[in-house]
Amino acid sequence: MINERNTDIEIRLLMEAIYLKYSYDFREYSGASIKRRILHAVRQFDCRTVSALQERVLHDPGMFMQLLQYLTIPVSEMFRDPGHFLALRGEVVPLLRTWPSLKVWIAGCSTGEEVYSMAILLREEGLLERTILYATDINPRSLEKAKQGIYPLQDMQAYAENYRKAGGRRDFSEYYTAAYGNAIIDSSLRENVTFADHSLATDSVFSETQLVSCRNVLIYFNKPLQDRALGLFHESLCHRGFLVLGSKESLEFSAYSGRFEALVRPERIYRKS
Amino acid sequence: MNGVEAVVIGASAGGVAALFKVLGALPEGFAIPVLCVLHLPGDRHSPLAEVLQRRLHRPVREARDKELIAPGLIYVAGPGYHLSVERDLCLSLSQEDPVHFSRPAIDFLFQSAADAYGAGLLGILLTGANEDGAEGLLHIKNSGGRTVVQDPREAQVALMPEAALALQQPDHILSLSGIGRLLATLEPRAC
Repeated sequence: MINERNTDIEIRLLMEAIYLKYSYDFREYSGASIKRRILHAVRQFDCRTVSALQERVLHDPGMFMQLLQYLTIPVSEMFRDPGHFLALRGEVVPLLRTWPSLKVWIAGCSTGEEVYSMAILLREEGLLERTILYATDINPRSLEKAKQGIYPLQDMQAYAENYRKAGGRRDFSEYYTAAYGNAIIDSSLRENVTFADHSLATDSVFSETQLVSCRNVLIYFNKPLQDRALGLFHESLCHRGFLVLGSKESLEFSAYSGRFEALVRPERIYRKS
Repeated sequence: MNGVEAVVIGASAGGVAALFKVLGALPEGFAIPVLCVLHLPGDRHSPLAEVLQRRLHRPVREARDKELIAPGLIYVAGPGYHLSVERDLCLSLSQEDPVHFSRPAIDFLFQSAADAYGAGLLGILLTGANEDGAEGLLHIKNSGGRTVVQDPREAQVALMPEAALALQQPDHILSLSGIGRLLATLEPRAC
């Protein structure tokens, strides 16, 4: 039986060690989920305790990179929550057209599905050519996958259905080439995408943007860290810029609730007020 | 039974009717928060909270991320996201892999609530065709909380309560009406 009190202490020490050694800051992540993921990693790496895992992580950067795959959650799909993208098309795109050039930040882009969904939407609306997309994440392996844009072919059927429900007007298969069980996303979609390592916990704002999309990232943060991230978005967004969140995320319990107005509340689309 | 700060309930197959019966027995002015995970098909919108609220005539909410748990409210986990209780007694949602094919998972709610409430937690596992919840209920017991398992002979599907009983001897094995009566005797922990 693992001693619970010891485990809690060990997890705090591990987070501190990771921060001091690798500058990744998980100290203000939601505790319940991070605890489960660390204990899962402890079992997978065949460690007796969290301290044993810490010993390996501290002395072996390769081990840290493996642990990082457990600490981040790469759950994503293209055109996830189609209603959200439909609302972006209907309510946000007409307003985006009023800017001569656009900068869009996909924060916590994971393996890139959100990036390509946004790029497809912008291309179909004739905006991609005048847009720069910043796709950021803390996990270098996820970013690498995002850059490659290669996904299992078997997922494409579900994505095509999402795309159709999201107001897609073409045959979704135009956007990828099938090869060896994979779907290789049309590389022209990422011509204007800059992939970059960026942490919402430790880094600062790098550009002014018209739209920030950060979906299903904030739920892994505690309230102070959520507020830090929202502060970055608020600072990055231009006057009347747009913030879009995940379907179960809202500004309601945050310090920034008064600084954005809901444009399409059920789809979590907000506008800087 | 005194000193209970929160109640967590898990159920799967046959769980809607069981929840109606158990929650329907709560007395007027019941001030202890109740958190429920019911396995639901799909991961889109679920009307469970609205349906429960209409039937029970008491406030029922779908749990929202970083919402502070309030007394007297019933929270249900929405579809597609795990529900956890944080140490500061707020709720959090997450999308880790499903557990026993389920997201939300009963185990995750029970384990995190046991960490947050310790001896102040009462865990109840009801009918279901899957082993989710058994480990979480054990964690509640090991953290000093109290545990209740629906009598498998009465449960619509006995597998879930039986899986819990295979891991521990709970404080009570009760029928749904027995669980309702037990809840009615609870008094919140004095602050």
